[in-house]
Amino acid sequence: MNKAAKQPASAYFIAKETERPETHTLSAVVDNEPGVLARVIGLFSGRGYNIESLTVSETEHQKHISRITIVTRGTPHVLEQIKAQLERIVPVHRVVDLTVTAEERGHEKPLERELALVKVAGTGDHRVEALRLADAFKATVIDANVEHFIFEVTGRTSKIEQFISIMAPLGLVEVCRTGVAAMSRGKDGM
Amino acid sequence: MNANANAKASDKREMTGAEMVIQALKDNEVEHIFGYPGGAVLPIYDEIFQQDDVQHILVRHEQGAGHAAEGYARSTGKPGVMLVTSGPGATNAVTPLQDALMDSIPLVCITGQVPTSLIGSDAFQECDTVGITRPCTKHNWLVKDVNDLARVLHEAFRVATTGRPGPVVVDIPKDVQFAKGIYHAPDATKMRLSYQPRLSGDEELIKDAVDLLMSAKRPVIYSGGGVINSGPEASRLLRELVDLTGFPITSTLMGLGAYPASGKNWLGMLGMHGTYEANMTMHDCDVMINIGARFDDRITGRLDKFAPRAKKIHIDIDPSSINKVVHVDVGIIGDVGRVLEDLVRIWRASGGTQDKPALAEWWQQIGKWRARNSLAYKPNKDVIMPQYAIQRLYDASKRSGKETFITTEVGQHQMWAAQFFGFEKPNRWMTSGGLGTMGYGLPAALGVQIAHPDALVVDIAGDASVQMTIQEMSAAVQHNAPIKIFILNNQYMGMVRQWQQLLHGNRLSHSYTEAMPDFVKLAEAYGCVGIRAEKPDELDDALDQMIATDKPVIFDCRVANLANCFPMIPSGKAHNEMLLPDEATDEAVANAIGAEGKALV
Repeated sequence: MNKAAKQPASAYFIAKETERPETHTLSAVVDNEPGVLARVIGLFSGRGYNIESLTVSETEHQKHISRITIVTRGTPHVLEQIKAQLERIVPVHRVVDLTVTAEERGHEKPLERELALVKVAGTGDHRVEALRLADAFKATVIDANVEHFIFEVTGRTSKIEQFISIMAPLGLVEVCRTGVAAMSRGKDGM
Repeated sequence: MNANANAKASDKREMTGAEMVIQALKDNEVEHIFGYPGGAVLPIYDEIFQQDDVQHILVRHEQGAGHAAEGYARSTGKPGVMLVTSGPGATNAVTPLQDALMDSIPLVCITGQVPTSLIGSDAFQECDTVGITRPCTKHNWLVKDVNDLARVLHEAFRVATTGRPGPVVVDIPKDVQFAKGIYHAPDATKMRLSYQPRLSGDEELIKDAVDLLMSAKRPVIYSGGGVINSGPEASRLLRELVDLTGFPITSTLMGLGAYPASGKNWLGMLGMHGTYEANMTMHDCDVMINIGARFDDRITGRLDKFAPRAKKIHIDIDPSSINKVVHVDVGIIGDVGRVLEDLVRIWRASGGTQDKPALAEWWQQIGKWRARNSLAYKPNKDVIMPQYAIQRLYDASKRSGKETFITTEVGQHQMWAAQFFGFEKPNRWMTSGGLGTMGYGLPAALGVQIAHPDALVVDIAGDASVQMTIQEMSAAVQHNAPIKIFILNNQYMGMVRQWQQLLHGNRLSHSYTEAMPDFVKLAEAYGCVGIRAEKPDELDDALDQMIATDKPVIFDCRVANLANCFPMIPSGKAHNEMLLPDEATDEAVANAIGAEGKALV
């Protein structure tokens, strides 16, 4: 979130950082217990790491297991540290850097999807244009009256971004996004 | 009743939460706890009152309980346990929790909490204890159901003591302490799947490490607190490795004693106030093996000039320590003791040959650095030099023939103690390394003395630090703990002043303590013995008197006011840019640190 934040290093790190920052998607399997999300978020804020997107939900109710998907940005060295630091948290079972896994398997990126609810209000040409564009983006109308639509749209982050920016001049009122859900391609589990 | 029968008797019994706390302490072999009562822990204190197995040491401030438990843990290898009340009791525990986190000390902190029905209502002495202590513990728990309490307590001991040790907090609301539930013994507790620290190192990586070590022409072993934490066997194996390889060895502040100071391969401590030979050896080495240390910034100095030509091997139980600040060529994740065992075995079996002539040449070079005598100071017949005081204390402790444990506060005296007191065994040296907590040493000494009632326990203190927790003298008197507080009194916050001289044009802003208490009278007021020495020739007799006294002693040792701690790597500089004592003129000190280094800590 904080673009200007400097990545942490030693107090004596005077040498210029030569590695370039990259955006990676991490997936963490954790015990769903009180405070587990606070531990993860506290780690990021306490050590000065960035969170670009965060998605959490219980995925195995019987075992009380949750899956946390985090999109973060840092140099490869920092990303490796983030993974190691997350794995130190007691209720964290394992952490997989899905971006690294995708690279290793010869894929460009892991599968990533977001869902957004987008409220657009207006009449006349704007209204017609909004509906036409929504169709092009395979967005569905889930609520409407004569003055507004609420669209549900899913896809990669870039698609959601594009859809929102297109809707902006057509009467965009409100946006709610789920954040990224991600998974590796192929038959193997994480 | 033997321990086994005891465990059986306690297996699956109904009892109150407060009873469970005591039973869990007994089942986890806790003999002493350090604490301070208050409203939210009264049920537990009532249980303490009704039994004799667990002895409670009443302190005067919760911070003291924490540091005492740390000293107890560090000197015994067992977990330290503290018990405090809700609200201010818990917030006062934060400093020792963070201290234990940074120095990897197993510390179990049990806190009282307001009843579950009042949580979140801003009740009297309520605070969000798990929220406040989340970043300063390895893990913490709020127990809302008495039937979870036994499992959580056993899990807390396991998390604190295994893997990389650290502090944990168990927060118990008062109604849970009163409630009845089912208790079960530690062995009946299933450990959670998500916490499985890795103990054995990867054999292939250990072989790679042996190959690198075998090929070294200018090797160095750099060991740390992880060797101490791993247990006495790890220290024995470290000594075996040094004998086997003939390599020079240096250590961090936290690792002192793992290899004996009298050992012939010992270079002294490394880092900011380490010896010239240790730092030059680190800078010029071609293969470095870091055993249980973490490349702390006090050790590495300027990172881009840290051992620039060395292949680096790192053994650590915490995967996040590997490649955190220094990129290493071989990173081995595992318990130091286990990895050293494999390393020594593979070294013996490898049949490889060392480059002995190169090693001999390396030792010759090290000899030249040693001859620089970097710890030298100007002796003085009229004024006690602080370094001299530590040397005399060391000799006096040897004369006494007593098992000796040293704790320290934080500052110049701490560095002089590390430089001039020789540690021959592990677990004899307790100091606040990572957090640098002034006020650590006095309560830590209390904890050490409780664990070792017949030993000589000395807190080497500074006049400023010691006043931060001096109230614990009262606890020492109450519990017949004859700790010796040896204050190097120079009237200044010496290290603060030294940095003001280095960085701020000798403007000594608030580093002089204008109104110093009379430490001898203070000792007497507490019911201890006060001793003062002002001249070098009084020192030996006074020290013998201190050691012979069977009560707590405050020793006011008046030392040279303006002595500074050298050698020193100025901030922002590399290992081979040390400021040596004979070169440290006022001008050199004033110009030692450049603009970039000034911003560093």
